[in-house]
Amino acid sequence: MDIHEYQAKEILSGFGVAVPPGALAYSPEQAAYRAREIGGERWVVKAQVHTGGRGKAGGVSFCKSDREIERACEKMFGRKLVTHQTGPEGKGIYRIYVEGAVPIEREFYLGFVLDRSSQRVMIVASAEGGVEIEDISAEKPDSIVRSIVEPAVGLQEFQCREIAFRLGVEPKLIQQMVRTMQGCYRAFTELDATMVEINPLVVTGDDHVLALDAKMTFDSNALFRHPQVAELRDKSQEDPREARAADRGLNYVGLEGDIGCIVNGAGLAMATMDTIKLAGGEPANFLDIGGGATPERVAKAFRLVMSDRNVGAVLVNIFAGINRCDWVAKGVVQALQEVQLNVPVIVRLAGNNVDEGQNILAGSGLPIIRANTLTEAAERAVGAWKNDISQRDTKRSVS
Amino acid sequence: MSIFLDHDTRVIVQGITGKMARFHTRDMLEYGTKVVGGVVPGKGGETVEGVPVFNTAKEAVEATGAEASLIFVPPPFAADSIMEAADGGIRYCVCITDGIPAQDMISVKRYMYRYPKGRRMVLTGPNCAGTISPGKALLGIMPGHIYQQGPVGIVSRSGTLGYEAASQLKERGIGVSTSVGIGGDPINGSSFRDILEQFQADDETRVICMIGEIGGPQEAEAAEYIRNHVTKPVVAYVAGLTAPKGRTMGHAGAIISAFGESAAEKVEILSAAGVTVSEHPSQIGETIARVMQQAA
Repeated sequence: MDIHEYQAKEILSGFGVAVPPGALAYSPEQAAYRAREIGGERWVVKAQVHTGGRGKAGGVSFCKSDREIERACEKMFGRKLVTHQTGPEGKGIYRIYVEGAVPIEREFYLGFVLDRSSQRVMIVASAEGGVEIEDISAEKPDSIVRSIVEPAVGLQEFQCREIAFRLGVEPKLIQQMVRTMQGCYRAFTELDATMVEINPLVVTGDDHVLALDAKMTFDSNALFRHPQVAELRDKSQEDPREARAADRGLNYVGLEGDIGCIVNGAGLAMATMDTIKLAGGEPANFLDIGGGATPERVAKAFRLVMSDRNVGAVLVNIFAGINRCDWVAKGVVQALQEVQLNVPVIVRLAGNNVDEGQNILAGSGLPIIRANTLTEAAERAVGAWKNDISQRDTKRSVS
Repeated sequence: MSIFLDHDTRVIVQGITGKMARFHTRDMLEYGTKVVGGVVPGKGGETVEGVPVFNTAKEAVEATGAEASLIFVPPPFAADSIMEAADGGIRYCVCITDGIPAQDMISVKRYMYRYPKGRRMVLTGPNCAGTISPGKALLGIMPGHIYQQGPVGIVSRSGTLGYEAASQLKERGIGVSTSVGIGGDPINGSSFRDILEQFQADDETRVICMIGEIGGPQEAEAAEYIRNHVTKPVVAYVAGLTAPKGRTMGHAGAIISAFGESAAEKVEILSAAGVTVSEHPSQIGETIARVMQQAA
């Protein structure tokens, strides 16, 4: 789960990480008022959206007066910010963070991630801050310093010092760097984060080490023990279909294609999408309905998949390992009777009692296209979808 | 013997009184697995499916001589149960639970290192379907009847894709030595590399089938290991060709976040290490059959 910059800064400052003075606003007037509260002569106005690359997309603005702040905010509020990470639909700006501008001497990159090779927390740092880590690793890989934390004892001061010296930090600033790193690590472990990123971490003209931007991602599996973190979820930043699916306990990821997928098991769901692609189609979604393919679950899945208007055919692929195919088939039939579909439905069942399952589908009187293998199912789905489109076109041209 | 399990491996089920655990305990007993006990704190003295329940793993091991454990404990308490098994003297543990916090798994792995290698428990999972040595024992939630006994060792991150491979093999009359689900989490007990090492040393395994997916460095690490240490033919399939970058595809670990973590890159890395890659998930069985013919 992602949170906003201002929320991450609030959390991190509670762990001893220094951040510039800032305040949140929900309107241009409030932003100007908050700037006056902060004081100073220059401010940064930042759109609060769950994405990187805000600066390039027009989500960050430097202002010198009330008027400039209001004008910058008016341009942002209610708009969708489109960055290279959001996709073409962008993400809505409903909150703006105002910060006092600080004089920057040097910029660093500081990140904490779960390293899957060592299966531990890893610190990633670079003296080339202010640009994305992907770009740093592509262009200046040698500038990256990595250090792995021993989980039994946590992040040690010597590790922080080592990193800071390798980044070329002046000796008088080392203690501040150590405090920043240890604060981030404590926030990471105590709150079950999966990523903490400060980019840039800056040294100011008056020798302060400050987190100018902050990003935190949390382990959704650990939210049960951090209700205060769970509360920070902002549904306005999520794909509405995915948010609805998550609320219903379904695992859904919306994609750009035309063929909807309903599958049990995450691996099989990905394989089903791949097979659609190999058959010449494009999958409309990833959807894992989990082990128990009950009629209610299947019906929910159909409704969810059909809420995507691009869907021109639905492929159901169930490997009934624990369940029986006849039971799954009954569920599909019941769901299709409940949810009226006007697109072709292709069903592939495998596993226990597959023949009984096929008989139930065949005897239902519903226009279900059946398939035995995954390839056959994908080919039939793509074929039925193309056929359906050309029929509609013919009808349109006749009438 | 096959890897991890045999006819007479004694098994305990942690969290045996839950609905799902009861169901699968019955299923495992019917398959012929020697389930000799269960562990649920505070329910010692009860029986489930004719199997005695103990309060602690240590008691269960002492009373039954169990060597293996299957964990069905809910996510907030599962890490604790894995460590209890490790401390209780369990040799091989499968954790089915989906949704364990990643940092709990970091602690578990650290904890397991307390024991010298010879006494260290082997963990597979969490978030997996389990392990089966067809005709001998089933330690998990997979449907036993889709597995025929034979020479192919299967190792898979995904449960259902492992089933898919096993049933495609069965259709061709090809059997499985052992099938191991290593699970879909980012921090897991055993990696592809660990299981490949077991299969390479296993007399009953002649061909290895490895089913990977997007996210993480495991497939690339496996490729490196295969290149240097595996002499048996390896067939692989990698799911997630169409998965977008930066999105979690069901499994917590199925997310492309770095270079080399996409399906296309993994296919390339594995192919370069001499692995035969099946492009199509429906052709895993066929590809293995072909490789076996070539090897014969």
